[in-house]
Amino acid sequence: MENSPDSAASLLEVRGISKSFGAVRALQEVDFTLRAGEIHALLGENGAGKSTLIKVITGVFPRDAGIVRISGEEVAPRSAKAAVQAGIATVYQEVNLLPNLSVAQNLFLDRQPMRFGIVREGEMRRRAKTLLADFGLDIDVAAPLGSYSVAVQHVTAIARAVDLSARVLILDEPTASLDRHEVEILFGIMRQLARRGIGIVFVSHFLDQVYEISDRITVLRNGRLVGERETASLSRLELIRMMLGRELAETTSARAAAGARKTREVCASFEGYGKAGYVAPFNLELRHGEVVGLAGLLGSGRTETARLVFGAERADRGQARVEGAPVRLQSPRDGVRHGFGYCPEERKTDGIVAELTVRENIVLALQAKRGLHRPLSRREQDEIASRYVKMLDIRPPDPERPVGLLSGGNQQKVLLARWLATSPRLLVLDEPTRGIDVGAHAEIIRLIRELCDDGLALLVISSELDEIVTYSDRVVVLRDRAHVEELTGEAIDVGNILAAIAADSVAVALEAHT
Amino acid sequence: MTALLPRRGLAQILALIVILAVDRVVSPQFFDLRLQDGRLFGSLIDVLNRGTPVALLSLGMVLVIATRGIDLSVGAVMAISGAIAASLADTHSLAVVLAAALGAGLICGLWNGFLVAVLGMQPIVATLILMVAGRGIAQLITEGRIVTFSSPDLVWLGNGSILGLPVPVAIALGMLILTGAVVRGSALGLLIEATGGNARASELAGVGTRAMILAVYVWCGVCAALAGVIAAADIMGADANNAGLWLELDAILAVVIGGTSLFGGRFSLVLAVLGALIIQTMNTGILLSGYPPEFNLLVKAVVVLAVLLLQSPKLSGFAGVVTRLRRTKA
Repeated sequence: MENSPDSAASLLEVRGISKSFGAVRALQEVDFTLRAGEIHALLGENGAGKSTLIKVITGVFPRDAGIVRISGEEVAPRSAKAAVQAGIATVYQEVNLLPNLSVAQNLFLDRQPMRFGIVREGEMRRRAKTLLADFGLDIDVAAPLGSYSVAVQHVTAIARAVDLSARVLILDEPTASLDRHEVEILFGIMRQLARRGIGIVFVSHFLDQVYEISDRITVLRNGRLVGERETASLSRLELIRMMLGRELAETTSARAAAGARKTREVCASFEGYGKAGYVAPFNLELRHGEVVGLAGLLGSGRTETARLVFGAERADRGQARVEGAPVRLQSPRDGVRHGFGYCPEERKTDGIVAELTVRENIVLALQAKRGLHRPLSRREQDEIASRYVKMLDIRPPDPERPVGLLSGGNQQKVLLARWLATSPRLLVLDEPTRGIDVGAHAEIIRLIRELCDDGLALLVISSELDEIVTYSDRVVVLRDRAHVEELTGEAIDVGNILAAIAADSVAVALEAHT
Repeated sequence: MTALLPRRGLAQILALIVILAVDRVVSPQFFDLRLQDGRLFGSLIDVLNRGTPVALLSLGMVLVIATRGIDLSVGAVMAISGAIAASLADTHSLAVVLAAALGAGLICGLWNGFLVAVLGMQPIVATLILMVAGRGIAQLITEGRIVTFSSPDLVWLGNGSILGLPVPVAIALGMLILTGAVVRGSALGLLIEATGGNARASELAGVGTRAMILAVYVWCGVCAALAGVIAAADIMGADANNAGLWLELDAILAVVIGGTSLFGGRFSLVLAVLGALIIQTMNTGILLSGYPPEFNLLVKAVVVLAVLLLQSPKLSGFAGVVTRLRRTKA
């Protein structure tokens, strides 16, 4: 079974896979090819479709269209277990093993060596020991798995998967919780497995690691295949452009030119603001009537910056000022009191209260701001709700409908309405257009501009660089949890943003290797 | 004040009517009422009177459950407040007795709320602590004896009457109106429902979710203490071993029958109390029927199942909505 890595036999072939959740098209005719003995990175921003693709391949989600072949043979696993039988094993970021059982029991769960109906513990441990020795691990296999580090747990999960005769191994963000040394160990194991002819799919948002370990890269964006490249011949700039931007889309900001002429009053400012292990200290000025865009890759510290600014996370250094006066932002309540609003990225878990009505969701922040003893009367609530339903064109225009039944775009509008009702001075929008259909998308962007023209200060995060370029007066670029560059005026274009992100990635790569 | 009125209460009202009709069959005098010494008597009044403790408990419990919590300690809190009331009744004025007993309930509620809201413990575990410890505390107060008293003031609380109604019933009614006025008259109701529906989102919208959670456990403690005083006043004594025993389960049942989901969010005070009455109407009916009381538990289970089936989303055409929600989530 010795396959040399350069034999171009395709081990796993995925052709024309499509998958929709309701009206949201998560995958559209995606192709993916994995060769025997290669390490293949699957990349893309949040919502690009990586997880969905993996779950469709492994049978967790049924697919709407397309075929999956392993060694030329068509397979259609209906469950993760069936996928394992077909030779596809997946190790997720959160290890799916049982921490209270021993390492040996975890390795042989479901297939313990038995004699007369009794598990042969000694035999099982011996075999576990041999198995792990192949992976360079020499540990007490009788100890509970939970007593070992995440790295050991990962290796155990991989060993189990490989021992279950896996030919395709999918590793979903395996390095997210490992330190540098542990990553090295994992990479060593991955290379060893690849030499044995196993095909490995490596999902990660650490580009340095991708360049270090992978042979080829496939990039997804918005549920579509952007392309497949040899790692060695793909520059970082090119890769980031594939992940973030439409090729050659060199939109420039109409606002930037106009905005640069006027100096506006500062609404809120942050000096040396940051939190250890969260975001490096940054300086940020947000002005009335101005949109500041936050650009950067996933995990670069965009959302973290937004949460610090709003008060959802406490800063441990630096000074925040609102209209020039120093303030302390200890909680969302503080942020709300100072006239801030925050539409989080995860609308369903952090934004809407699904079972409450559109009306109740809209008045929630305003009511919280006013306090318990000053309830909004039903008439006031109705008035506020119907005003914003009309203003933002929320559909269906029924304030008494549970908000969970609305489409993503309309839920986003309800959240905007919730904050607009509090007459904020600063709105922080985290990925306001994610998972929204095209029509609502354009509308949200139009709204952002209108709000800005009304004198609101806006801080907007988006992975869509075209979008950021279109509405931003200034763009702050982040990488590795630090603010690295601020673009203004004419300098705001997709190319410059990409260059700023990529340049820094190169710098990091150099740092890591010296 | 809309949620004070039964909006979705059709299943509960139907269930109550059916059970009342069955009670009428097994006991022809069920609906008879007579006025004697300025007080109404009859099976219906009995139902109300006997149902008072669970109704009071459910008033607090429904708010706790609306925040996605649960309070298992209410039975034990009843025992504590009953023990305090009985011990002080013959030596202190009614005001002091009530203040001490309700104060104890308030402290118990603060303790539960502290564990859940501040320390972030799971409500079922957090309140289990007081459920176990509370009965021990009550036994310490009564020194393991059944403490009896003869204070006419406290006895009146359990056995007297106001405007023809038994005092406990009047108190329960008053508490329902008070709770409703506080919860729906202020923004508390909305903020509790938001907290239970999605705590993270509510927190980010500026809602003081911790304060909400603390408040509902405190109120639950106070309601339980009041129920404990009434139960003690009713039997003119405090039995630390048996006062309020298993009533936390009846209270939770009442809330669930009242249509409030254990997953938090929407709640109805009136329907929770109606749930308590449904349970009591069944109990009384079985007692009157002459069937052995063992039947009580079985029949109760069947009726509860029936009410829950009536509310089940799959049965009421809600199915499509729920699946759609799930799909979009995935």
